[in-house]
Amino acid sequence: MSGLRILVPIKRVLDYATKPRVNRTQTGIDLANAKHSMNPFDELSIEEAVRLRERKVPVAEILAFSAGPPKAQDVLRTAMAMGADRSIHVVVEERDALEPLGVAKLLKKVVEGEKSDLVILGKQSIDDDAAQTGQMLAGLLGWAQATQASSVSISAENMVTVTREVDGGVETLKAKLPMVITTDLRLNEPRYASLPNIMKAKKKLLEKKTLKDYGLDEKIRLKTVRVTEPPPRKGGVKVEDVDGMISKLKELGAL
Amino acid sequence: MASTNPALRYQVLRIYKELLFMGRDYPLGYEYYRTRLHKAFFSQRGIDDPEKIKAGIKRAEFVKKEIEALYFLKRYRTLRKRYNQS
Repeated sequence: MSGLRILVPIKRVLDYATKPRVNRTQTGIDLANAKHSMNPFDELSIEEAVRLRERKVPVAEILAFSAGPPKAQDVLRTAMAMGADRSIHVVVEERDALEPLGVAKLLKKVVEGEKSDLVILGKQSIDDDAAQTGQMLAGLLGWAQATQASSVSISAENMVTVTREVDGGVETLKAKLPMVITTDLRLNEPRYASLPNIMKAKKKLLEKKTLKDYGLDEKIRLKTVRVTEPPPRKGGVKVEDVDGMISKLKELGAL
Repeated sequence: MASTNPALRYQVLRIYKELLFMGRDYPLGYEYYRTRLHKAFFSQRGIDDPEKIKAGIKRAEFVKKEIEALYFLKRYRTLRKRYNQS
C-alpha cells in the first residue's frame, strides 16, 4: 500500500479563552483586535494525523488546509509546526465567510485535486458550532464517515477502526479507506507548537489560492437575523432551615 | 561579564527565549509572566559552576513541560465544561 494522503482542514476562530462580545448592531460578534487561534478540535485532528505517522502507519503526506481571511496563515503555520508537511490557504474575506455547505463543496474539490484518501476534521468549530462540515463532505464524496472519534487505528489492509463515545458506552466502527473522520475532545492530547518548530515551519510550503481556482462561487444561503447575549444567570436563594427549604420548593412547584 | 562557557550560555538563552514565547498564552497575561520569568533567571545570574548551570537548564526544561501541560489542561477542561455537560 502506498502511503496515506491525509487532508486536515482547520479553521481560525476566536480564542477559546476570550469572552466574545456582541456588536452594537446585533449582527455578529466583535472580531476586531480579539485574540484568534486554531479551533481546538482541529488541533486534535492535526495531532491525530501526526500520531498516525508516528505509529508507523505509512503516511505519505499530511496536508493542512484553511479557508479564511489572510490571517488564517498563522494557524496554518501552527499546524505545520505541529507536524503537517505543507498547507493550502484559500483566501476568503471575513465578510463573505463560507457556510458549512460551501466549505464541504470546497473540500471536495481539494480532496479530488490532492488525491487525499483520509480527511480528519474537527467535529465542530467553537465559533459557529455547526458540526456539519464533516458529514456534508462525506455525503458529497460518497465516502464512509466516522464522527466524534475517540480513537482511530488503521490496519495494513486499509481497514480503519474508529471508536466513539456514545451514551452509556462506546461504539466501534469499521470501514475501508477512503473515509472522513471527525474528532472528539478525548481523542488525544495535542502537542504545543514550540518556538523552534514554528521557526522551522516557516520553511514549509504554504500555497495561496482563491475560490476561483477551484471554480466555486458560493452564495450565502443563511441569513443571520440577530445575535444576542445569553440571558444572565439568576442568583440562587438561601434558606434558613429544612422547613424553609420545603416551603420554598412547594412555592416553586417542585414538590 | 560574558559567560566563560559559550555553549552553555547559548543553551540558557535558547530556553529563556522559548519560555518567553510561551508566555503569550499565559492566562494571567504576558506582563505577569515575563516579569516572573525574568526574575527567576536573574536570581541565578551569579552561578558559574557548569554543573550547576546544567542543573538550572534541566529545571527550565521541566518548567516548560509543566507550562505546556497547564495550557493543555486548561483548554481541555474549558471545552469539556462547554460541550459535555453531564
